[in-house]
Amino acid sequence: MLDKSKGKMSTRDGFGKALLALGAADKNVVVLSADLTESVRAHWFREKYPDRFINHGVAEQDMICAAAGLALSGKVPFACTFGAFASGRAWDQIRVSVAYMNLNVNIVGSHGGISVGEDGATHQALEEIALMRVLPHMTVVVPADGEEAYLATMQAAKLNGPVYLRLGRSDVPFLNRRSDFVIGKAETLVDGNDVTIVACGHMVYKSVNAAKKLKEKNINARIIDLHTPKPLDKEVILKAARETGAVLTVEEHAAACGMGSAVAELLVEECPVPMYLMGIREHFGVSGTPDELYKYFKLTEEDIIREAEALVRRKKR
Amino acid sequence: MRDLLKLKKKAVEIRKDVLMMLEKAGSGHTGGSLSLVEILLYLYHEKMALKCETFKCRERDKLILSKGHACPVLYAVLSDLGFFPREELWTLRKLGSRLQGHPQFGLPGVEISSGSLGQGRSVAIGFAFADRIDRTGAKTYCIMGDGETNEGQVWEAAMTAAHHKLDNLCAIVDFNKLQIDGFCCEVKEMANYRKRWEDFGWLAVEADGHDFIELERAFDKISGEKERPQIVIAHTVKGKGVSFIENKAEWHGVAPKKADLEKALAELDAAAKELSRV
Repeated sequence: MLDKSKGKMSTRDGFGKALLALGAADKNVVVLSADLTESVRAHWFREKYPDRFINHGVAEQDMICAAAGLALSGKVPFACTFGAFASGRAWDQIRVSVAYMNLNVNIVGSHGGISVGEDGATHQALEEIALMRVLPHMTVVVPADGEEAYLATMQAAKLNGPVYLRLGRSDVPFLNRRSDFVIGKAETLVDGNDVTIVACGHMVYKSVNAAKKLKEKNINARIIDLHTPKPLDKEVILKAARETGAVLTVEEHAAACGMGSAVAELLVEECPVPMYLMGIREHFGVSGTPDELYKYFKLTEEDIIREAEALVRRKKR
Repeated sequence: MRDLLKLKKKAVEIRKDVLMMLEKAGSGHTGGSLSLVEILLYLYHEKMALKCETFKCRERDKLILSKGHACPVLYAVLSDLGFFPREELWTLRKLGSRLQGHPQFGLPGVEISSGSLGQGRSVAIGFAFADRIDRTGAKTYCIMGDGETNEGQVWEAAMTAAHHKLDNLCAIVDFNKLQIDGFCCEVKEMANYRKRWEDFGWLAVEADGHDFIELERAFDKISGEKERPQIVIAHTVKGKGVSFIENKAEWHGVAPKKADLEKALAELDAAAKELSRV
């Protein structure tokens, strides 16, 4: 199991530890990399299982299709690189050679979102959830902490069909979960009936912190960790919309077509309530420290509190 | 070669099937299907000796049609081998048919979905890696079009296969010198084509892609290679076998009309008769 003694861990580290465990548990697990082996934390697997590690060099399209060939041969491939390249650069390869054939290929995009920091726009993936969830058969998972990343990786290896895992670069605190992590099952972390905040990835712990401060203002926010934007846990989302009457979504991703849009698509059809989608609007990433960028793109705890309050006011009108 | 005359006769029959399928479908890729007939027949009947009963077997040799638009000829050959009923050929491109406009994984005999060019070679690399890990001894053959090698991914894969010394991987280029917009060399320069592959670390050989004996010689030359991936550059004629379709770029993505079909079948019947006289 995962060592949680430090209280925090990046999701990429959780993934890397899981790969190591999978290497021992399943001889069919194969890891592919595109020259970013240590950055995506595949180097621990490489050291232990060199015969099941393939470096494609800077060739993401080739890597994704090779993963398809391995899956067709009964292997359990994990193809890893930065999210920007995994999802965008090789999108047609994922569409035709992975999703269309519904293969057991696990695509791992680390360095998702603006918290990549100083590398700037080209390396800050803001579109992966959109690009992946539009594809039939694809499962999209955005773990919120190192433990979720660990468990998501272990479960992805056994899941039928392709999985896209979106990972982050920086350390995030471990969450206090109430139930076992299961891909596709949203987790309600905090109860509340005034407003629902649905978050994924690094935005989950920020939302939990925001909920504590909202409580001081007499607003009871329900916090849902929607680590699986696809397939969507409709039951949990609909129940929350009915019981709280307002839904705020928060993601470190383009506000268009991401996790929030997935929630909005469901609610507009089955339970329309006032909503606001927090994310990056019509903007590429920029260089800066992660904390500077959270402020710049209005994705801090204070921003979440402000938008939650605004939604509660809208609801009452 | 087990039975050269039989293969030659089969080539005529396959060409007829391809043209009849395309005429019934009303659309599809004629030129690049006809250029591939002998290559596919040689691989399926002589090289891989693949049977439908052994298709699921892990140790089988695999054939990937990366130039998926040439699927009519793949379907005709697979059906002839018994992978699915011949009547199904006439459902090509129709709603509900397993014979999609480009090959779809799931149809018996079809190893992968293909059609977006340049991807098959990389999928073949995945097969080759898996066969190496599992020591199956199987070989993967991947057929590409010449125009397809405009794709950058083809050269990514070329580097990967050579670097990892995937000697269980063999590519075949259907070098018919034409692509949709015209002569390959006019769309994008193809000079020193064989040398390009050699420079990328491949064992490259050339052959007349319509001559079974030459194909056999080429594949004999590369068999037993223990270091490099191999490529057979098969010189072919786009639209081969039908005089008015041969060597015309405009027949890349056009199906024969009823009158074209009648003329073409008459030519092919005459060719078959000629073979029977031998």
